[in-house]
Amino acid sequence: MHIATSPAFKENAHAALANAGLQKALARSGPSFIARRASAVANLPEFEQLRDTARDIKNHALANLDFYLEAYEAKVLETGGKVHWCADAEEAREAVLAICQAAGARTVTKGKSMIGEEIAINDHLEKHGITPVETDLGEYIIQLRHELPSHIIAPAFHLNMEDWEEAFRKAHTDLPVDRQFNERRDVLIEARNKLRSKFLAADVGITGANFLVAETGSSIIVTNEGNGDLTQTLPRVHIVLASIEKCVPTLEDATSLLRVLARSATGQDFSVYTTFSTGARRPGDLDGPEEYHVILIDNGRSAMMGTEFQEMLRCIRCAACMNHCPVYGAVGGHAYGWVYPGPMGSVLTPGLIGVEKAGHLPNASTFCGKCESVCPVRIPLPKLMRHWREREFERHLTPATVRANLALWGFFARRPSLYRLATRAAVFGMGLLGRKKGRFKSMPGASGWTEGRDLPAPEGDTFFSRYAKAQRAGQVS
Amino acid sequence: MSKQSILTALRRGLKRGPLPADQAAMLHGRLSQHPPHLIPARSRLPHPEQVDLFVQNVEKEFGSVTRVEDMDAVPGAVADYLAAQNLPSAFIMAPHPELQAIPWSARPLLDIREGRAQASDAVSVQHGFAGIAETGTLMLPSAPERPVTLNLLADTEVVVLRPSAIVGAYEEAWDKLRTEVGAMPRNVMLITGPSRSADIEQTLELGAHGPRRLHIVLVEG
Repeated sequence: MHIATSPAFKENAHAALANAGLQKALARSGPSFIARRASAVANLPEFEQLRDTARDIKNHALANLDFYLEAYEAKVLETGGKVHWCADAEEAREAVLAICQAAGARTVTKGKSMIGEEIAINDHLEKHGITPVETDLGEYIIQLRHELPSHIIAPAFHLNMEDWEEAFRKAHTDLPVDRQFNERRDVLIEARNKLRSKFLAADVGITGANFLVAETGSSIIVTNEGNGDLTQTLPRVHIVLASIEKCVPTLEDATSLLRVLARSATGQDFSVYTTFSTGARRPGDLDGPEEYHVILIDNGRSAMMGTEFQEMLRCIRCAACMNHCPVYGAVGGHAYGWVYPGPMGSVLTPGLIGVEKAGHLPNASTFCGKCESVCPVRIPLPKLMRHWREREFERHLTPATVRANLALWGFFARRPSLYRLATRAAVFGMGLLGRKKGRFKSMPGASGWTEGRDLPAPEGDTFFSRYAKAQRAGQVS
Repeated sequence: MSKQSILTALRRGLKRGPLPADQAAMLHGRLSQHPPHLIPARSRLPHPEQVDLFVQNVEKEFGSVTRVEDMDAVPGAVADYLAAQNLPSAFIMAPHPELQAIPWSARPLLDIREGRAQASDAVSVQHGFAGIAETGTLMLPSAPERPVTLNLLADTEVVVLRPSAIVGAYEEAWDKLRTEVGAMPRNVMLITGPSRSADIEQTLELGAHGPRRLHIVLVEG
């Protein structure tokens, strides 16, 4: 399993802010995602209505998920595939391993899969002598560097050209040492050549699934590189990893979701390869896998049903929320400490690994609401983060100093006249102390603020007294 | 297997047992009728304009298109395209009757093999099932006469497509598939332009693992 460093979010975030390479990558890539989505949305007048449609489709699918999963399974069986229902990560790992072992697999190629990261399938296969090879370009370098992805659709979001060159020189020692990496293209071609032989040699191909379709028993993957398609077409065995909430009723439902997915994710109208796989090779087919297995994974999803977090199960993993998040934009994905970063991770991670480990994440939000405003399935992410904060407080997981300060604030907030007196005293005192410069360079208990910027000294009176004065003067009613 | 425990947990969350028969029948009806949702207006056009929109969107996504009069003109169009790209005149071709009926011998220098693609194939010629104007997307369902590897292994994929196979929206392509093929084929690829990656510094590069060039020959008549 990946050891979650989410409990150390604060330390991670501090380290991230001081990491020059990461800051360079964030400054370069963040704005471009936002601009590309905005332009795709501007080119589709029906986009806002399509978001409502997408939300309604997912809500319908979730409200009847037991029915659709059984209908889906029946179709997979009918088309020569197999479905393996797994309650948790361990069952899923064992099911994958058993299929690989039965196939006598030595190497396994992999398409990008976040549920694959969640169940840490690579470590498990390696432990049993099977070599997994990530084939998505971003995932490939992440594997070479023994890292987790820092973004759910752009795994190598945090890396720069020099990191690619360093990792490739270290890993591909059979290539001439004097070769040049002048352009991104040089990196791409080297990876393409290296991975081509892996695709051809693999005994098993493992992919994720963006959606499962109950009507046809199909799994859908969406990629731009074509690596997922080579992974699921060339080896003798294809394994699909999918969590249960991926299931939607029909091809039309999936199509409506696909219309908002790529636009929200990369700002493309449609991804290059949107592929529907249904069962095993048919009679007369010249290619395609002979075995088709779906590992259907719960791992905490069913426990979210019927709770305030059920809405999170609508998530289609487009990453728009993290692309638009000021916190993600400042610290990147690794600071979140586990598989899913950004606002969607701040809601999902406490649900999957426990709020006692991941309680910092829903607190690491400015509540600016940008995530909710771009979510293609309209998940109220700030509201869900607030629910986690409440649960954390109820379970007394909040640090003692925070609780003490909240209690102090609560004491005054319930006593308006005392509150006004105290704020007036504070404003007066701070105004007096900061009178000379008009600002504070440091302030006890507020170093998080003053390390980055000065705190302005209060001028004049408190809001309440100014409001009362204006009321008396007839300026406000 | 954990099937039962997962279903039970879901139903517990949904605060109900298995769906009553009438509701299940309603959902079965929804599955068999597969009603479409809101379809963007952009592709609701007279057919000639749908064809133009398709071409325009393919080119926007870095694909290229040649339009020819009839099937007799295909060998010349393919040979000229390969020459212009400095590519070898050998290719692997889908064993599809419509492609087999093309008078390839008019261009004797073309070296044609039929079947699935191997890693050594530089160019493939595929049969297009449908074109979707909405985003310039090809629909390529797998079949013995339309192998999937042709879409993936070659560095250059040429797709022969009839304008009559071009539809407006994805939903129309699904209807065409249901009418003409019936049951869902093992693999259906929706392809929009050539392979690409933006994983290196979030900057687009063409030709990641799939074809670097996608060329469509549109055959009238």
